[in-house]
Amino acid sequence: MLAFVVTTIICFITYLLLTTGSGTRILGLWSLYEILFGVILSLIVGFIARTIFVKDNFRMANPVRWITFLVYVIGPFFVAMAKANLDVAYRVITGKINPGIVKISPDLKTDLVITLLANSITLTPGTLTVDIDENKNDLYIHWINVKKEAIAKKPVDCKYICSNFHNWIRRIAE
Amino acid sequence: MFEIIIYILLGVGVFFNLLAGIGLLRFPDVYTRLHAGTKCTTFGSIFLVGSVVLLGLKNWWIGDTNGSVLAIHSIVALAAILITNPTGAHAIARAAHRSGVKPIGAVVDDLKNMTVAKTMKKKSAVKKKSEAEK
Repeated sequence: MLAFVVTTIICFITYLLLTTGSGTRILGLWSLYEILFGVILSLIVGFIARTIFVKDNFRMANPVRWITFLVYVIGPFFVAMAKANLDVAYRVITGKINPGIVKISPDLKTDLVITLLANSITLTPGTLTVDIDENKNDLYIHWINVKKEAIAKKPVDCKYICSNFHNWIRRIAE
Repeated sequence: MFEIIIYILLGVGVFFNLLAGIGLLRFPDVYTRLHAGTKCTTFGSIFLVGSVVLLGLKNWWIGDTNGSVLAIHSIVALAAILITNPTGAHAIARAAHRSGVKPIGAVVDDLKNMTVAKTMKKKSAVKKKSEAEK
C-alpha cells in the first residue's frame, strides 16, 4: 500500500513538472482538467509500477538523503567534472594519451550504490566504467591517462579514480 | 547584462561540444573516442541547457508563462541526459570489450583474460540451473 502511494505521488509530481504552463487556473501554471487527468493517470501508473519502483525498503524516501545528493551533484561532483573536462580538452588538443584498463574495489554493497558510483565515474571525463565483477562488486575502469604510481598497487586505490566520491555516495544511499 | 551571461554560457557549451567532435577524429580506438564523444558533450550540454533555463526564467519573471515551460522542460531534459549518457557509454564499452576489441596502446589491462571466461562460466551456470529446475 505504501509503495503504491509513494509511486503515485512521485509520478504526479513528474506529471506536474511536464505540464506547467497548460493554463492559469491553479497557481497560474496548470489548468483544472490537466490536474484531474494527471491524478487519474498517476493512479494507474502507481498501481502498475509499484513493485518495480519500490524494491525492498524505503531508505531513499528520507529527504535528508535527497538534499545530500543535490549538494553532492552541485558541489564536489561538478568541480571534479569541470577539472577533468579541462584535462580531457588538453588531451584532445595535444593528443597525449596513456590509456589502460584498471581495477578498483570500492567496497560498496547494494545495486543502487554501485550504479551511482559507476555513473559518477563515467560522467567525469578521463575515466569510463567498462565492466563490473558482480560477485565482489569490483569495477573495471578505462583510464585515459594512467599514472605510474597508481598501478604499482593492485587493485588500484580509489582516490586516483574517484577522489572521495565513494564516501559521499555511501552517505547518500547506504 | 542578462543576455551577456546567456551568450557566455552558450559559448562555453559550444566550445566543449566542438572539442568532442575534434576528439572523435583524433583519438585512436573505441574507448578513447567514447571519452571524447560522450563526456565532453555532456559537459557542453550542461552549459547549453543552463543558458536556455536562464532565458526561460527571465521570460517567466517578466510575466510570460511560456518561460516556465522552457525552463522546467530543459531541466528535465538535462536530468535525462545525465542519467542516460553514462549508461549508454558503459553499454557500448562493455559490448566492445566483450566482442574482443583491445584498447590500443594500453599500458595495463586488468580485464584482459576476465571477460571471455566469465561469460562462459555464466552460461554454463544458467544451463545447470534450468536443468536442475526441470
